[in-house]
Amino acid sequence: MTPLNHLDGWACPIPLANIDTDQLIPARFMKTPRSQGYGPYLLHDLRRDDTGQLKPDWPLNQPPGSEAQMLVTRKNFGGGSSREAAVYALVDHGIRCVIAPSFGDIFASNAVNNGLLPAVVPDHTAEALLSALGNQCGQAAVHLEAQQITLNGQTFAFDIKPHWKVKLLKGWDDIALTLSHSADIQRFRAQRQNHLPWLFP
Amino acid sequence: MNPSLSLFDRIWSEHEIRQSASGESLLWIDRHYLHEGSFHAFDQLRNRGLNVAEPGLTLGVADHYVPTLTALRNGSRPADPQIMAMVNQLEANTRQHGIPVIGLHDARQGIVHVTGPEQGFTHPGMVVVCGDSHTSTHGALGAMGFGIGASEVAHVLATQTLWQAKPQTMQLRFEGRLDPGVTAKDMALHWIAALGADGARGYAIEYTGSTVQALSVEARLTLCNLSIEGGGRCGLVSPDAATIDWLRGRAGVPSGAAFEQASAHWLSLASTASSRFDATHVFQASDVQPTVTWGVSPEEALPIQARLPQPDAEGHGARAARIADSLAYMGLKPGQKLTDIAIDKVFIGSCTNSRLSDLREAAAVLRGRKAVVPGIVSPGSQWVKQAAEAEGLHDVFLSAGLEWREPGCSLCVGMNGDLLNPGERCASTTNRNFKGRQGRGSRTHLMSPAMAAAAAVAGHLVDVRTFMGLAT
Repeated sequence: MTPLNHLDGWACPIPLANIDTDQLIPARFMKTPRSQGYGPYLLHDLRRDDTGQLKPDWPLNQPPGSEAQMLVTRKNFGGGSSREAAVYALVDHGIRCVIAPSFGDIFASNAVNNGLLPAVVPDHTAEALLSALGNQCGQAAVHLEAQQITLNGQTFAFDIKPHWKVKLLKGWDDIALTLSHSADIQRFRAQRQNHLPWLFP
Repeated sequence: MNPSLSLFDRIWSEHEIRQSASGESLLWIDRHYLHEGSFHAFDQLRNRGLNVAEPGLTLGVADHYVPTLTALRNGSRPADPQIMAMVNQLEANTRQHGIPVIGLHDARQGIVHVTGPEQGFTHPGMVVVCGDSHTSTHGALGAMGFGIGASEVAHVLATQTLWQAKPQTMQLRFEGRLDPGVTAKDMALHWIAALGADGARGYAIEYTGSTVQALSVEARLTLCNLSIEGGGRCGLVSPDAATIDWLRGRAGVPSGAAFEQASAHWLSLASTASSRFDATHVFQASDVQPTVTWGVSPEEALPIQARLPQPDAEGHGARAARIADSLAYMGLKPGQKLTDIAIDKVFIGSCTNSRLSDLREAAAVLRGRKAVVPGIVSPGSQWVKQAAEAEGLHDVFLSAGLEWREPGCSLCVGMNGDLLNPGERCASTTNRNFKGRQGRGSRTHLMSPAMAAAAAVAGHLVDVRTFMGLAT
């Protein structure tokens, strides 16, 4: 996974609350192999009309939006279904950071597992960022180490769980780390089987 | 044993293998369920050349993409090849790694959160995961069940463990007796409306109190299923005599002396009156009415006798805008009575409400009556289907004019081809009323099976108690 510390680029406003993972990628696209790319399905039914054309009034659909690395949105982003495809759609579009007052629990850990930063800000910060952006993308910077967002010369703090911060900064992969503890895992398993044998059919 | 610990605390510490410097715990996973969506995780394993650590603690269940029409299953009508490829892919991936699988034509086939518990694969005190957010369902048996993403599915396949930060605990206590016509579904929509769709975000919920103790295990499965709709990491009910009775004799649970030994262990994990929680909310059962959702989030729910909100009364902030947006998507007028909302379809099924007791409650309303709108009834598993047919419930649904289908996720998630048309409005026993969940432009009202059955007969949202001879 690519380590993440500094982002410098376009931030795109989506002033909606409760954008669930069904909105991020409708279920009908999830049969697609990842190698084909999930970017075109991002927010498909919200930002496209019935014929599949991009709606021009969406900042994400205007020229800088296609290069956006950051999204600014409202509370409970990524709630609902555990589909990691929602994160694939964001990442394949080029998004590396979503800034919101709160995130769906499963979405946030899926995001970190794919190098996407879920940056938690207070409600008033999200509102300040959204009104500074207005109805268009703007140049912004994110510094993970310092937990800071900069927009229009103003700096805002964001929260991230300490273990997620480390993982994103280092680009760590959990499976390799866990396999290094195989001896501990095997010892634990043997004790558990001895103590509660019915758990192992 | 420390009496201030809760069921959740005990399960957590029993599964902790080690802690990281940043405070995460490496947890042992007792059971891992897979469905068709697991293909991303199997691809990750293949790309890294990794094996499955514990195939025997893993179970594949075909449910998300399976057709619910018998004709599509037995080949007498051609099924969508892309959809069937998803079902076949699960069977191929699991077989390749020696993982047992309940495939499309298995006599135990059903929805993973119905079939798994039914087969006794989930026990109290376990940590259970699945790449599906409604894994919280398994908490009804006193297990810590939670949904995970594809990268985590790959991690569990490769290691049978998962790194997790310990969540805080939240007690949702319900006290008193539910009124007739009020169900676990209404309890869930009631607390989610009160606390919000992210009201329990990140918490491990335990449902406690006399109302919860009086619920059947099937009703507890419904209650715990919806934990994720309020943002909970998981939702549990402490194991009690009802749990033990429900588990006895199931295929995957021990028998004889081993069952007694296991039962003693399960009961020892239960929370006590002295258990401490980081947050507690108390609800009175008498305040819970038959409840329906009107908007596009499960928190947008109201008692059936209520009127829709007025965005104007909410000022001009984000909240007013959200209400206006929900009403517009749903094609509803501010201040309209819920009971004046006409429906086009009805769906009875899903991991939330497709168990035998759910079908009995719906059939009790439909017996001797006709549905005035088309609808689908999809039992949660082949076992539920056979049990329902043995009682003649299928005749009730068919006589009412509804379709009696095969088990699967069906119209809850819209992956198998069962979809609403744009603009269609459905009275649905499912778990999500998100925009487009049941098909692009679909409009979903969540409610209990009895309320959905009543809506089918009336053709509009209606208080089921008027069908039960109860004054409202």
